[in-house]
Amino acid sequence: MSTTPAQAGWRFKAPSVIPGFGLTLGFSLAYLTLIILIPLAGLLWRSASLGWADFWAIATDERTVKALEVSFGTAIVAALVNVVFGTIVAWILVRYRFPGRRIVDAMVDLPFALPTAVAGIALTTLYAPNGWIGQLLMPLGIKVAYTPLGIVIALIFIGLPFVVRTVQPIIEEIDKEVEEAAATLGANRWQTISRVLLPGLAPAIVTGFALAFARGVGEYGSVIFIAGNLPYVSEIAPLLIVIRLEEYDYAAATAIASIMLGLSFAMLLVINLIQSWSRKRYG
Amino acid sequence: MAEQVTSSNPGRYATGSAATAERLITRIILMGVAFAFLAIFLVMPLVIVFTEAFSRGLAPFLENIADPDTLSAIRLTLIVAAISVPLNLVFGVAAAWAIAKFEFKGKAFLITLIDLPFSVSPVISGLVYVLLFGSTSLLGPWLKMHGIVILFAVPGIVLATVFVTFPFVARELIPLMQEQGTGDEEAALSLGANGWQTFWFVTLPNIKWGLLYGVLLCNARAMGEFGAVSVVSGHIRGVTNTMPLHVEILYNEYNAVGAFAVASLLAGLALVTLVLKTLLEMRYGAEIAATRGH
Repeated sequence: MSTTPAQAGWRFKAPSVIPGFGLTLGFSLAYLTLIILIPLAGLLWRSASLGWADFWAIATDERTVKALEVSFGTAIVAALVNVVFGTIVAWILVRYRFPGRRIVDAMVDLPFALPTAVAGIALTTLYAPNGWIGQLLMPLGIKVAYTPLGIVIALIFIGLPFVVRTVQPIIEEIDKEVEEAAATLGANRWQTISRVLLPGLAPAIVTGFALAFARGVGEYGSVIFIAGNLPYVSEIAPLLIVIRLEEYDYAAATAIASIMLGLSFAMLLVINLIQSWSRKRYG
Repeated sequence: MAEQVTSSNPGRYATGSAATAERLITRIILMGVAFAFLAIFLVMPLVIVFTEAFSRGLAPFLENIADPDTLSAIRLTLIVAAISVPLNLVFGVAAAWAIAKFEFKGKAFLITLIDLPFSVSPVISGLVYVLLFGSTSLLGPWLKMHGIVILFAVPGIVLATVFVTFPFVARELIPLMQEQGTGDEEAALSLGANGWQTFWFVTLPNIKWGLLYGVLLCNARAMGEFGAVSVVSGHIRGVTNTMPLHVEILYNEYNAVGAFAVASLLAGLALVTLVLKTLLEMRYGAEIAATRGH
């Protein structure tokens, strides 16, 4: 593993007196390959062996297209909601002092720690027509549980900590002198925030959006309880994969999974580009 | 310009006057919005788990917990976590040692690969093992011939759990060990310690709180994983049902008290995880500092 080519110019590994490089890297690579890479490669290989005609038929099947639309659409809406409220929460946690701030701060991580199935049944019970929140929305004609709106609610819950935890450390790092300079130059508070502070936070906000979005697209446990799972309306792509698997339609399950992986990676790539652009522009 | 302002008026920097803080009314509105949002999305779901679990009193709650199927689900969840967390712990330490203590080509790419499971849907994490070991796969007939059962049994559930919890320990340790550098290890080695002694007596004490932090998060996810496990489990009551899967079955059978009783145990685990995590951050914040904000 640690054998290096004879040329002096190129070395795989810089010299070091510390032992264990071969052992730890070798073990890590073997474990990574067995647990992650071979299974994922298997998925891609299976999907490639489908043949273009079959793959295209599954990809353009109306139910598949609708499921992908529901998954990506709700994930985008939920991530946008989280960007707004998550940034406000992060701002308050860093800038304001109030009793119980530490508890609120710790609570933000709840969606990381609470199993998704538990979140799913809890949110469904809250937003069902006779639930605590559902019965308040009922007279207003708003139905949440068993509609796409319910999916958005579940994804807001799941994605919130991603935005808060990405934006929070950047707000902590803001140099107060920048704000003072803006104020001295005659900016009011709103101008300081919108023209000076928010552009500086933009890369972190985009990263938070991307993480919340990526998590939301693949989310399964918290969504299936509240979604109602009506084909063409509130059926998410991960659920359609499970349904196809239960029908022993491995080809369809594989094809939908690789489309999801492809779309997610493409979107993350685009977001990465936006991020490096905004870092250059404002960073 | 900015320096002049602060140096001529230092009190202003400390208190944050009108120029660098929002007006009182804005502050009240922002805090109101944030608290309302957190109450609706975080507090109420947590509260309802416990109110529903105890909605008919203590006796039905205990009855549901003592149900043999529930007990076997608890047992299976503990077994799965007891296997998958140590596996990812060993991997996390090994990967962090290789990545943080050495300079080699392709390191950034390796870190990206380690993070890969975070961007894969849990359902797909389960699906890949169904494709690998299922009856239609290349391995399927061979496994059947030798009587090896992986899918719809404990090994499959462990594999799916290992997949989704794969990055947790490694991504806590890598930034921490990178920040600590190699000075301590070089000192120990030059004083005559061998590799293992250096690791046990120098590196491990340095990283123990960060390691515990990673294990805590890894364990919470391992015990709570639903999507990946659901795909490979086969949902055999009392045999291949983990706690989250049992919650689903009870809920779909309209046994709300039972579902929320099991859910309340998982919510309790989540709360314990959050408390320990917060304590670790407060107590040993400096020692796990590199892991915060990631």
